[in-house]
Amino acid sequence: MILQDLSLHILDIAENSTAAQATRIEIMIDENIRKNRLLFRIRDNGRGMTKQAQIRALDPFYTTKKVRRVGLGLPMLAQAAREAGGRLTIRSRPGSGTSITARFVFDHIDRKPIGNMAETIINLVAGHGRNIDFLYKHRKNDLSYIFDTRIIKRSLRDVPITDPEVLIFLKKEIIKGQKALEKRRKK
Amino acid sequence: MKLKIGDLEKLRDKVKRTAEVREGKYRAKITVHMGTCGIAAGARDVMAALMDDIERKKIKDVIITTSGCAGLCSREPMVTVEVVGKPPVKYVDLTAEKIKKIVNSHIEKGVIVKECALAIGSERTH
Repeated sequence: MILQDLSLHILDIAENSTAAQATRIEIMIDENIRKNRLLFRIRDNGRGMTKQAQIRALDPFYTTKKVRRVGLGLPMLAQAAREAGGRLTIRSRPGSGTSITARFVFDHIDRKPIGNMAETIINLVAGHGRNIDFLYKHRKNDLSYIFDTRIIKRSLRDVPITDPEVLIFLKKEIIKGQKALEKRRKK
Repeated sequence: MKLKIGDLEKLRDKVKRTAEVREGKYRAKITVHMGTCGIAAGARDVMAALMDDIERKKIKDVIITTSGCAGLCSREPMVTVEVVGKPPVKYVDLTAEKIKKIVNSHIEKGVIVKECALAIGSERTH
């Protein structure tokens, strides 16, 4: 079992946040080619973890789940970061949320590709968009893209953001936003 | 690069009626299991195919959601289909192709796709 790209890791880690009763999840990606660095951070306002729980979270044979006895999400991400010259950091306190940061050397041969972030965000919104707000911020060198479900919900008013037609529309918007990130700045 | 509020409001007006039907009395609920095991096995692609299919066929009375790991990691991707008034059916080892077949048969015609189902009916010990 392996997660092929970083967008799948991000989906997986954000799913943890949804299980921790978060009402707001922020996903930030920062690609900095000049500094040869790639970083992403998933921050939530969920129930948080004690110091002890943070250490255990990196142990594959620890899980809070009742349905199986292994928890591989965070250990696999830590491994993916280590293999690409980076590391994983957990910052959390009971009652004040959790922030998971994964750092990578951008051009490291073992650095997984970012993958399909539009699918990841739309999946999260489809499953949890009613109760949880998502902020997705993607920076690439000098350009950035922001997707905020709080603003979107204001325009949609009584139409739920989880409606398939809305989600398909939003997916296309994210794809457009990401294409714009690829543009070079005019000199 | 910024989402246009005007576009969103146009969409809102277009979707409003179907959304009301969906929210009011949905006929079926489809849950895609999105634990680490599901994600690694391709649950996100199954979800994408499902959403595209429901939107493309303009199926108005079905809601789609996600849940965590159901404890049967080796049979992921898994989806639970609950048609109102009928026992839930768990489908296993899914792909984008198989989920389309399930929409076509189970959702549209009410016929369970046996070769993809884990078990049908509720458990009985007597």
